[in-house]
Amino acid sequence: MKKNLKISIKLTLVLVLILAVLYPLLISIVSKAAPGGGKGETIIVNGKVVGYERIGQKFTEDKYFWGRPSAVDYNAAGSAGSNKGPSNAEYLATVQARIETFLVHNPGVTKAQIPADLVTASGSGLDPHISPEAAKIQIARIARVRNISADKLQALVDEHTEGPYLGLFGPSTVHVLKLNVALDELK
Amino acid sequence: MNTEILGIIFMFLLTVLLAYPLGKYISKVFLGEKTLTDFMAPVERSIYRLCGIDPNEAMDWKQFLKAMLTINLVWLVYAFFLLLYQDKLPLNPDSNPGQTPDLAFNTAISFLVNCDLQHYSGESGVTYLTQLLVVTFLQFVSAATGIACLVALFNGLKEKTTRNLGNFWSIFVKTNTRILLPICIAGAILLAFNGTPASFEGKDSIITLQGDTVLVSRGPAAGMIAIKHVGTNGGGWFGANSAHPLENPNYFTNILEMVMQMVIPVAMIFALGFYIRNKKFAYVIFTVMTVGMLWLLIPTIVSELNGNPAIEKMGIAQATGAMEGKEVRFGPAASAYWSIITTIISTGSVNSMHDSTMPLSGMMQLLGMMVNGFYGGCGVGILNYYLNIIIAVFISGLMVGRTPEFMGHKVEAREVKIAMIVTLFTALLTKGFTALAAYMVAHHPDIAWAVKPSGWLNNPGFHGFSEMLYEYTSANANNGSGFEGLGDNNVFWNVTSGFVLILGRFIPIIGPVAIAGMLANKKYIPEAGGTLRTDSFTFGMMTFAVIIIVTALSYFPPLALGPLAEYFTLKTFEL
Repeated sequence: MKKNLKISIKLTLVLVLILAVLYPLLISIVSKAAPGGGKGETIIVNGKVVGYERIGQKFTEDKYFWGRPSAVDYNAAGSAGSNKGPSNAEYLATVQARIETFLVHNPGVTKAQIPADLVTASGSGLDPHISPEAAKIQIARIARVRNISADKLQALVDEHTEGPYLGLFGPSTVHVLKLNVALDELK
Repeated sequence: MNTEILGIIFMFLLTVLLAYPLGKYISKVFLGEKTLTDFMAPVERSIYRLCGIDPNEAMDWKQFLKAMLTINLVWLVYAFFLLLYQDKLPLNPDSNPGQTPDLAFNTAISFLVNCDLQHYSGESGVTYLTQLLVVTFLQFVSAATGIACLVALFNGLKEKTTRNLGNFWSIFVKTNTRILLPICIAGAILLAFNGTPASFEGKDSIITLQGDTVLVSRGPAAGMIAIKHVGTNGGGWFGANSAHPLENPNYFTNILEMVMQMVIPVAMIFALGFYIRNKKFAYVIFTVMTVGMLWLLIPTIVSELNGNPAIEKMGIAQATGAMEGKEVRFGPAASAYWSIITTIISTGSVNSMHDSTMPLSGMMQLLGMMVNGFYGGCGVGILNYYLNIIIAVFISGLMVGRTPEFMGHKVEAREVKIAMIVTLFTALLTKGFTALAAYMVAHHPDIAWAVKPSGWLNNPGFHGFSEMLYEYTSANANNGSGFEGLGDNNVFWNVTSGFVLILGRFIPIIGPVAIAGMLANKKYIPEAGGTLRTDSFTFGMMTFAVIIIVTALSYFPPLALGPLAEYFTLKTFEL
């Protein structure tokens, strides 16, 4: 027992050094060569950081494409989903309210056309993407507010639609912040 | 074919393709044969010298378990005090507070036992120092503990008659230096180059395009996210775990993290085949486990792709499936796949919020943890499966009227009793504590010491019951995922789940290792015409039947009260 304890304490110290100090330091040093230098990649417009590439942002103004509802209001100090169960009546009322808000801001759109991702909160509360359908359904509103032709916006959305990984695996996505940055630059 | 489904098939095939050679490599490492990583031998020798370890010292099953338990006890004390006083220690750029004693108790145990239930959020509940010195460290050594105990079982199976199950210290050290660390270094670098932070800088403050001021949490996360998966740990750097876009930035990293968490559990099955020179035995186990996985996976994918029936009634088409709690870049199919893999192999990391998945998916996730042996966690998966083999051998023996034998050793009353006690005890822990919690919710909802700082349930009714059942099932299976709506950072949950965690870890390790030691000690009986062949597919089916029957009998009642009841109410939901 005493021998085991002695070995245990020494081995713990040695392994803390290797696994919890040297290993993370190694990764930290190597990551300096990665995009963003291991601090997270940022998106810069006119020399100013407007956001982190991976982190979604809140868009509530009609002139921007909206992202998904968020349980943390897109403040990346924390992260969380709503954790609402599928049968929770209070939650379903929230979804119903989101649908109605969307219809008010987007006249001419019918319920059946609203993609599910626009009325449900993401897992992280920081989802930077929406589905291509969710971008397309907002084109008419933005065309009206910004006085830009719908065709031009459609082309912009297509340009910002990322297909499946390697063209084979997973869903297609639209990066909301990048799309909105490009939208601001559109004249 | 649908790209989302294709993505899942690709992830699975890639995992198996990598697991086979990895299994061969692992068996060579522990057989002491020549491998690519022999350059680590001098490092290991200096570790042995520094710590006073004789790597060739033989250990019987009792000595082996004593060594394992002693070092685990040291880690528990070490982790508890670091978490308690983390606010007074360096590397805390965000000035996070120290943990309360009950939270530190829960967190230290949780990472010690490879579970990683987190009753805190990574952004605010721990510091960079404890993320590395406690969390990352325990994620390595707890996985290595599981694998070392499995190798003890391998040693028991390999020899005809032996007392020696191998040297715990040397197997444990080699697991870290030869298996976990190399895979993690490669994985962490890939993550860092895909956007996961790895520097020591604290939170950043930015003004968004629309003009809001927000903070962005960061930190040296990539290294921990690698071992969190490779060691089937599951505890995330950020609160939202691998749903967080910095923890799992894109579809590629999703494939990477998926493969990293599943590859060792599958490789250990093949390693078993190479190690004891009976590959067919390994193939049978792999087949049974894969069938078990598909049995849980297919209904989950179907129910997630179909979307929420209640939202469908509102007139929303849900062409992309159920999206609450899911990320667009993964989609519902890859989220469903992850939710099943993470529950069957005891990782417990998530890329979508399980609390918001459909009722049937929730039930499949629960079943994955209740069985806890379809692939299973690093090492411990096969130990759990071994218990089922012992029970299947016993029942088969009764059916044909012969003394049951397994790999040339008589399986007698003592071994079967241990297997039965361990199996029944896990069901007792899960259901007993769920019943206690349900009683507290119903009859004492206002006791301050129990419910502060927040209420328990995020959802009413059947789903609320599922939240409590999920917590104890996850704790007992050492899984670590949760129906995270549960308000679990309070004395009641921290203390009760802490006890479930530690019992749910060590009893299912001690049991199988003890059985293996006792069997290996017995006289070897050569195979004869009437011997029950345990490497046949017939016996595989027998084991599968045992698993299904034991699980169904143990858990049908709580599953009926939680997910099944919710499923039927949702079907008849009216606005």
